[in-house]
Amino acid sequence: MTLWLLVRRSLRQHLLSTIVTALAIALAGGLLMSVWAVKRQAHDTFTGQTGGWDAVLGARGSKLQIVLNSIFHLEASPGNVPWADYLDLASNRAVSLAIPIAVGDNYRGYRLVGTLTNYFTQADYAPGKKFAVAPGGDIFADGYREAVVGSFAAQRLGLKVGDEFHPYHGLNFDPNAQHQETYKVVGILEPSNTPADRVIWIPLAGLQNMSGHDPNSANDVSAVLVKLRTPVAGKSLELLYNRQGNRFTFAWPIAEQVAYLFERFGWFDQVLTLVAWLVALVATGSVLASIYNSMSARKRDLAILRALGARRGTIFGAIVFEAAAIAALGMLIGFVIYFGVVSVVAAVIRAQTGVVLNPLAWDAVLVWAPAAMIALSALAGIVPAIKAYRTNVAEGLAPES
Amino acid sequence: MALLEITDLRKSFTAPDGGKHEVVRIARFALEAKAQLALSGPSGTGKTTFLHLIAGILAPDAGRLVLDGVEMSALPESARDRLRATSIGYIFQTFNLLQGFTVLENVLLGMSFGPGADRAHAEALLRRVGLGERLNHFPRQLSTGQQQRVAVARALANRPKLVLADEPTGNLDTANARASLALIREACTENGAALLLVSHDPAVLASFESHASLAELNAASRPNGGAL
Repeated sequence: MTLWLLVRRSLRQHLLSTIVTALAIALAGGLLMSVWAVKRQAHDTFTGQTGGWDAVLGARGSKLQIVLNSIFHLEASPGNVPWADYLDLASNRAVSLAIPIAVGDNYRGYRLVGTLTNYFTQADYAPGKKFAVAPGGDIFADGYREAVVGSFAAQRLGLKVGDEFHPYHGLNFDPNAQHQETYKVVGILEPSNTPADRVIWIPLAGLQNMSGHDPNSANDVSAVLVKLRTPVAGKSLELLYNRQGNRFTFAWPIAEQVAYLFERFGWFDQVLTLVAWLVALVATGSVLASIYNSMSARKRDLAILRALGARRGTIFGAIVFEAAAIAALGMLIGFVIYFGVVSVVAAVIRAQTGVVLNPLAWDAVLVWAPAAMIALSALAGIVPAIKAYRTNVAEGLAPES
Repeated sequence: MALLEITDLRKSFTAPDGGKHEVVRIARFALEAKAQLALSGPSGTGKTTFLHLIAGILAPDAGRLVLDGVEMSALPESARDRLRATSIGYIFQTFNLLQGFTVLENVLLGMSFGPGADRAHAEALLRRVGLGERLNHFPRQLSTGQQQRVAVARALANRPKLVLADEPTGNLDTANARASLALIREACTENGAALLLVSHDPAVLASFESHASLAELNAASRPNGGAL
């Protein structure tokens, strides 16, 4: 009780420095937790984001580019896959489901992807989960100029069932590249928290035959999404397309390609983590500076406490406890900062990729980072605590001149 | 057996020139339990050092200091702290109240390092010194006389056997000084504590039945090195 009373009163007596130091800890701790949690959650979410597919067949090129283009709806397609080759793959005994997609157009920056209706009816975007259209809508009919809009794209574009729009040529929005065709929104997808949410889906033939597109490629597709009968079947198809042939690239397994992307940017993670730790160290250093600088002003109080019978160890413990209490207070605010930062980052990632991070998701960093900040601050508190420990009682009690 | 017994007590400090400067040299001194003694102590007679030695704040260089049967001078610092927390109350000239703590908390701290905080006892003491309505005030919200009374309550909080008072009326006007002195003496009597008060105020000294001269006791304070 005595220790807590001493610390509580001291924090109140030095309210301004307590608040400033706690805020420094809050920012540093919040940043540290945010960097860690976003890094881990982004890695887990992106590498776990296969859209329910095992592999992707694309034109000869980078596996990563093919995966980014067909699963994450980012990047351009490295080329086309002729319709006959799609049929050939679809009829392979190792393949349980193969669905073609075609890209090349957008509507105000949101990508149009052409596909077949069985993308919605047969494919699971996650185990046991199929795409669903919100009440009042339906899936487009093959051969019609109809569109099903992903939930995020619909929200951002303000599209609803019954609306009509003109697509724009290319993957990037150019107001001068409008196509003549008019598409009608017939359905809005329920949120799937996948990149599909930020896509406008239209019939494959619609995209293949859009005005201005090369008629020679009218039967080609950009990529084929593949579901295998057994996971090991991917090895033989990889051999077939990647080693024996040189026209296509078979990206399998999908998660491995994304993991490779994270590996390539691993150095960036390390730099970010290092910066976060340095900020944390500077913040705990501010605890040291703040308490240490107040020691002269506290000399008399410490001497009085010693004169009342407080042992050196009690005084030492009170200062270390105070440093830890400032850090604990800071980390409480740090959770608010963490939630704010992760929410903003999650919103940006969702807008850019459609992948959803959850700011409220559990992460061990939410326990060990506050514990580390409190421990580091308590450690920093040892320096002023030693000074307090050495307080000369007789000198401290002498009347001030 | 006396409550406080001192034999051949010595204390020196290092002077700026590096030499030793003796401040206290007392051959014999004793104070009975529940007794009240005033020591006249003008400047330079080592009164504060003497009280600090008795309180265990300072360790003597030589000699014996026995408080309530415990040879304090032979104890390590932590044991002296413990003894001070349980057996001694100290009233300072400048009160030395903790400004960031309420009146009640100041008194509670006076007992928390010793027998443990006893809120009821602390409140009773504060009511006794007339501050029952000021428990949650901070020292800066009190008059000088009221602050002195908080210091008295705090000194008695740990139910001490000995109360040391260093110029307790030095910062008070005549009326307040008289009232404060009466309060200190009454409170010590009521609580069964001995009182050793040091003052250079003749009026204060005259109010005590027993008084002695620290200048005479302390050979180190005499220019001729101890010869009376």
